[in-house]
Amino acid sequence: MSDFSRRDALKLGAGVVAGAAVASTIGGTDARAQGAPTLSYQIEPGATLRVLRPVKFVQGDETVWLENTKKYTELTGVQVRVESEGWEDLRPKSAVAANVGKGPDIVYGWYDDAHQYPEKLLDLTDLAEYLDKKYGGWYDVCRKFGMRDGRWIAIPLGAAGARIVYRKSWLNEAGFETWPKDLDGMLKACQALKAKGKPGGLALGNAVGDANTWCHWIVWAFGGKMVDEQDRVVINSPETIAALEYAKQLYETFIPGTLSWLDANNNKAFIDGQISWTINGISVYYSAKTSNDPQLKAMAEDIEHAELPIGPVGRPTELHLTVPAMVFKYTKYPNAAKDYIRFMMEQEQYVPWQNASIGYFSQPLRAYEQSPIWTSDPKHTPYRDLMSKMLWPGYAGSLGYASAGAMADFIIVNMVAQAASGAKTPKEAAAEAQRRAERYYKL
Amino acid sequence: MATVLKPQSVSPRLATLSRILDHPTVLSVIFMLPAASILLLFLTYPLGLGIWMGFTDVRIGRPGVFIGLENYISLWYDGVFWLSVFNTLLYTTVATVLKFGLGLWLALLLNHSLPFKAFIRAIVLLPYIIPTVLSAIAFWWIYDAQFSIISWSLERLGLIDRYIDFLGDPWNARWSLIAANVWRGIPFVAICLLAGLQTISPSLYEAAALDGANAWQRFRHVTVPMLMPILSIVLTFSVLFTFTDFQLIYAITRGGPMNATHLMATLAFQRAIPGGQLGEGAAIATAMIPFLVFATVFSYYGLQRRKWQQGAADD
Repeated sequence: MSDFSRRDALKLGAGVVAGAAVASTIGGTDARAQGAPTLSYQIEPGATLRVLRPVKFVQGDETVWLENTKKYTELTGVQVRVESEGWEDLRPKSAVAANVGKGPDIVYGWYDDAHQYPEKLLDLTDLAEYLDKKYGGWYDVCRKFGMRDGRWIAIPLGAAGARIVYRKSWLNEAGFETWPKDLDGMLKACQALKAKGKPGGLALGNAVGDANTWCHWIVWAFGGKMVDEQDRVVINSPETIAALEYAKQLYETFIPGTLSWLDANNNKAFIDGQISWTINGISVYYSAKTSNDPQLKAMAEDIEHAELPIGPVGRPTELHLTVPAMVFKYTKYPNAAKDYIRFMMEQEQYVPWQNASIGYFSQPLRAYEQSPIWTSDPKHTPYRDLMSKMLWPGYAGSLGYASAGAMADFIIVNMVAQAASGAKTPKEAAAEAQRRAERYYKL
Repeated sequence: MATVLKPQSVSPRLATLSRILDHPTVLSVIFMLPAASILLLFLTYPLGLGIWMGFTDVRIGRPGVFIGLENYISLWYDGVFWLSVFNTLLYTTVATVLKFGLGLWLALLLNHSLPFKAFIRAIVLLPYIIPTVLSAIAFWWIYDAQFSIISWSLERLGLIDRYIDFLGDPWNARWSLIAANVWRGIPFVAICLLAGLQTISPSLYEAAALDGANAWQRFRHVTVPMLMPILSIVLTFSVLFTFTDFQLIYAITRGGPMNATHLMATLAFQRAIPGGQLGEGAAIATAMIPFLVFATVFSYYGLQRRKWQQGAADD
C-alpha cells in the first residue's frame, strides 16, 4: 500500500516542465541554454530530511554546504539535518542503513556504494536527465557510477581529486623546471629530489582515499587491471608486474614510514616540510593558503600542482574519490530528498560551494568547467578535469558487489605495498592479488 | 479466653495458583524469566543469527541463500584469513601474559601501605577509563612515522639516527599494538587482583612468617593459591577482551601494513561492512568462537583446581 502511495506521489509531483531559461551564468558563460529544462517536485507536506555526508577536509566545504542547506529550508520549509561522518566510517554507516532500512534519507557516499545495494535506492533518472540537459551533460564515468540497468540510482556530486602536489623551489633545485608529464621523467625527478634530501611520499597503508587513488593509477598506467570487460580477473599480468617494478623504484625515493600512512599522513608530512611531493587533493594547498602562519603562507606560494603523469598506455588512468548522492527507498519524503539533491546541484549553490572549498570537489557536469574557481588561481586548474579523465574501481569490468568488495579489501593497495617494499617480488604480489580477487569475482 | 481462628475460605482457583507459585521450581523459573528473555533476545538471537549468516551468501542490501560450508572452505584457502588467525593468537597470548605479569606486579605494589594510596589507585585506573578510541589516537601519534615522540626523544638522546618505523614494518606494528593493548589493559588486571589480594587474611602471612617462610615462599604458597580463583575470572575476561579487540587496531592501523595487524575481528568487519560480504564476515566472526570457548574453558577451569590450591595433588 505504501509503495502504491509513494509511486502515486511521484507521478503527481515529479513532472519535468519545460521553462524559460534563467539568465544566469557560470563564470561569465551562459551555462543554461535557451529552453533549458526545469524540474519541480511536489514536496511532501511536513517533510524533514536527514543527510549524511563525509566530514569536511576543507572548512569552506562544510560552511557553504550548511549555508546552502539553510537556504533550502528557508525556501521550502523542509527541515534538513546534516550529519558528517569520518571518511572510513561513511561506508559502514550507509551500508548498515541500507541493510536495516532505517537511517539517513540521503547519503553522500563513496565510489560504487550505490552498486552494492541498488535495489534499496530510489530511481533518480528524472533528476539525472534534468541535470544532464541543463548543465552540459555528465562525464562518461558519471554514468558508470550513477547508472545500473538503464536507470540512475545515484547522482554524482563530484570527485575529490588526486594531483601531484609539490614544492616548486625544491623541484627546481633538483634540476627540473616543472613536474614531468611521463612516468620515466617522474621517476628521475623523484630520484633527484631524494638525492637532494627532499624525498616524497605516498600512502601505502589501508588508506581509503590516498592509497587507493595512486595505487590504481600506477597499475592502470602500465595497462594492468583487476578484471577485463567480462569481469574475468586479469590482475596477474605482465603489465601489472611492470607497474609494480616501477612502484618499487618509486618507493625507494619515499620518506621512510609510508607503509603505515593513512589518509591524513601525507598532508601532515607535507605541511611540516618533511616531503617535497605527494599525490593528494587540493587540501594541502588550501591549508597553507588559508593559514595565518607566515611560514605556511610562504609555503603556499611555493606549492604547485600537476596532473598525474601518463604511463605506457598513453592516456590518463586516474582514480579519484567519487561522491555519489543516494536516496534510500525507505525515506518518507522521496520528493523532498530528490529536490534537495537537485537544489545543491544547481549553479546558484554548486558554484559558491566549489569556490569556498577552492575546488576540493571537481564537478561531474561539464558546464561547471566554467566555474571561476578553476581560473581564479592557476594552481586550482589541474583539479578541474578530474572526472573527464578518471576510470572507476574494478576497471575494466562492471561496478557491483565484487568491485566494492575487492576495493574494500585493499587488494590493489596491498599488492603495490608488498611489491614496493620488497615484502614480496612483483610476481608474487601480483599472483597473490589474483588469488584474492578471484574470491570476489567468482561470486 | 482462647480464640479459635478459623481458616478463611479461599477459592479453589486461588489456592491452586498459590500452590503453583509456592513451588520452588516454578518460582525460580518466573524469577529468571526477565533475565533469560534479555539474554535470549540480545545475546542468543544475534549469536544464532551470526552463525546462520556464516552459512549463507547474504550481502548488504540483499538477502542470501544457504550455501553450506562454502564461506568456510573459501576462508580455508585465504591467506589473509590465516594471517589474521595468527595475529589474533599472537596478540592475545603475548598481551595477556604481559598484562598479567605487569598487572600482578602493580597490584602487589599497590597492596603495600603507600602515601596517597587512594589517589594512586585512582590514577592507575586512568588508562582503562579513557575511551579506547582516544587512547588509540594518542598511540597513533606516538607511533607516527614522522612525528613520534618516542623517536624524537631517542634521536635527541643520540640513541637512534632515524625515526623508528613503528607501524610501517609488520613486526614493529604487531609489537606496537600489543604494547598499546597492554598499556590499556593493565589497570583492569591490577585493580581486580588488588581486590583479590585484600581479601587474603594477614594472619596467613603471619603464620607463614612464623614458620620461617621468606617473601618468595609467602608469595608462592600463600598469595598465589589464595589469588587463584579471582585470577581465573580476570584471566577469562582479559582473554575474551583481547581476543575480540577491534578499536585499537581499527584506529591505529586499520589492519595494515599489508594486513600484518589484521585480527579476526577487524577482518570480519572489513569484509562484512565496507566490503559488503556479510556472510563471509559472519563466518570469520563465527570462526572465533572455538578459540574463545577453548580459551575460556582453559582459563576458567584450568586455574580453578581447588585441590591444587589447597596443596593436594590434582586429580
